[in-house]
Amino acid sequence: MSAIVAGTATTAPSAGRRPRGGLLRAVMRNRKAMLGAALLLLFVLLAAFPHLFVPWLHGDPRAIGDLPLEGPSGKHWLGTTGLGQDVYAELIYSTRESLVIAIVAGLGATILSVVIGVSAAYLGGFADDGLSMLTDIFLVLPTFPLIIVLATYAGKGNLTVIIFVLILTGWSYGARQMRAQALSLRNRDFLESARVRGERRSYIIVVEMLPTMISLIVANFLGAALYSVLTAAGLQFLGLGDPNSLSWGTMLYWAQNQGALVNGLPAWALSPGLAVALLGVAFALLNYAFDEISNPALRPVRRRRARS
Amino acid sequence: MRYLIRRLGFFVLTLWAAMTLNFFIPRMMPGSPEQALRERFSKGGSVVSPEQLRTVLAEFGFDPDKNILLQYVEYLKAMVTGHWGVSVGSSLGVPVTSLIGDALPWTLGLVGISTVLAFVLGTLIGTIAGWRRGGLIDGIVPPVFIVTSALPYFWVALLLISLFAIGNNPLLPNDFNYEQGLTPGFNGEFILSVLKHGILPAGTILITAVGGWILTMRNNMIATLAEDYVRMARAKGIPNRRIMFGYAGRNAFLPNLSGFAMSLGFVISGTILVEYVFNYPGLGYMFYNATVSTDYPLLQALFLLVTLAVLICVLLCDFAVFLLDPRARTKG
Repeated sequence: MSAIVAGTATTAPSAGRRPRGGLLRAVMRNRKAMLGAALLLLFVLLAAFPHLFVPWLHGDPRAIGDLPLEGPSGKHWLGTTGLGQDVYAELIYSTRESLVIAIVAGLGATILSVVIGVSAAYLGGFADDGLSMLTDIFLVLPTFPLIIVLATYAGKGNLTVIIFVLILTGWSYGARQMRAQALSLRNRDFLESARVRGERRSYIIVVEMLPTMISLIVANFLGAALYSVLTAAGLQFLGLGDPNSLSWGTMLYWAQNQGALVNGLPAWALSPGLAVALLGVAFALLNYAFDEISNPALRPVRRRRARS
Repeated sequence: MRYLIRRLGFFVLTLWAAMTLNFFIPRMMPGSPEQALRERFSKGGSVVSPEQLRTVLAEFGFDPDKNILLQYVEYLKAMVTGHWGVSVGSSLGVPVTSLIGDALPWTLGLVGISTVLAFVLGTLIGTIAGWRRGGLIDGIVPPVFIVTSALPYFWVALLLISLFAIGNNPLLPNDFNYEQGLTPGFNGEFILSVLKHGILPAGTILITAVGGWILTMRNNMIATLAEDYVRMARAKGIPNRRIMFGYAGRNAFLPNLSGFAMSLGFVISGTILVEYVFNYPGLGYMFYNATVSTDYPLLQALFLLVTLAVLICVLLCDFAVFLLDPRARTKG
């Protein structure tokens, strides 16, 4: 897991205490959050309506053209690939797969970490020991090498394999945080009163407990999505993805394979990576902003504190 | 003392889990190593008899006819005693251990130095940024390093190559570990060549890894500065520098230490990509080559080694925290 995400653990999130004016207002007031949200919105638009951004393209963005290895020009904004495909069109159309990987794998990992973390905290005893041990083991296993091993054995993966391994390797950090927060919530009065009312365990967890953990869950999702974007791109860049898929990692793979840099085509080699980086930055900014929102101590200070 | 024994138990258990994953993953996945190897050999034009194939597979504990539990026990024994088999990839027949032995120093030198440097630099900058809340450094630090820590390793590598290593008269070399044609030895020319070839890969790791440390340290520092003992130290009139490093910094640093150990796995992940881009003949590049040539024994051994490395670091950091933090000692 990335070091950024690691930062959120050390400061205990204030459980369930939302900033005044609601979560949405807090997000609106945070400049980092707004920038991240704007970036993310742009990528969602690109993924949903790629044809709007490449209006002159009719049909397949991978259509083979007659001008291979061209530099950027008025006709091909970012130049062409070794097969004469338009790099800009490929870049725009690749948004969808990369975004889908990020969101699906991020959601999957988050759900898994909520389920495991909360059950560990709530069940306690033997179950807690077992689940915590499992979490700790997955936490220290080196994920990227494990993913490479998995992807190689699974026969260089299609999308499902990639998403599966991303979820499998991405849940542990969140689970630990979830367990910690659920533990601190467990003995609060509002849960006790629900218990006295005779509510079922599942009801208490889903209706009473989870809503108070929402900011931690969102932060976790953002961290997992960031991790998925970077890891999936790295995997595809190494050629462990589907070489025919339209994604930024695959574009990078072909660019590297056909010597884009050596052939003097930096736009082709660098633009997909920049896209990955920008999507990553969007998630990272939102993640950090959520940290600031749920932990007021981290918010930027306007006034210099008086000091001797 | 009980705390340390527990950590040691965890170490053994995790290692066992990694070895078990290593054993069962290829057996659970669609397709079989046997088939993959046969395809690979026939693609290379060489005809392999089923017996030869079986011998190769047996080298890494793969025998389809044998009882799986028995295989598992034998495999565990082989892994622990260091019988990691021979490569079935591009360097067919070479013992895996000697392949790894050749690549290890390069990775240790490159990654080891740049990771430690990133950690030290990041912790220092983070301490200062957290101390001077709202100051000039603190204004720049979070936005800039949120961005750098979200950059993909390989993209930074490509960027550096296109900035420094492309053109008719490139500033720095962009591949291999030293000038080809030089004989390794302790002379100025060779050492200079090694350093020059290390700058870009090390720079890549530094740029992408330092941000996380700065941000975590800054946040820890801010949380620690709110503690009563810091206020107490201020009231007593202890010099600021001593409060910053000796009181707040020291305690804010401790949680980072275990994070450092855990992130090593992440750094090793980055190395695979960095070494791949720069054709740097370390463990990461070897990992990549092993996947391309479906060299199962090598892949298996490398994964085990990387896990072992991370675990040892985690264990060392646990000991360090134990020594540095009296609170951990009394709790455990």
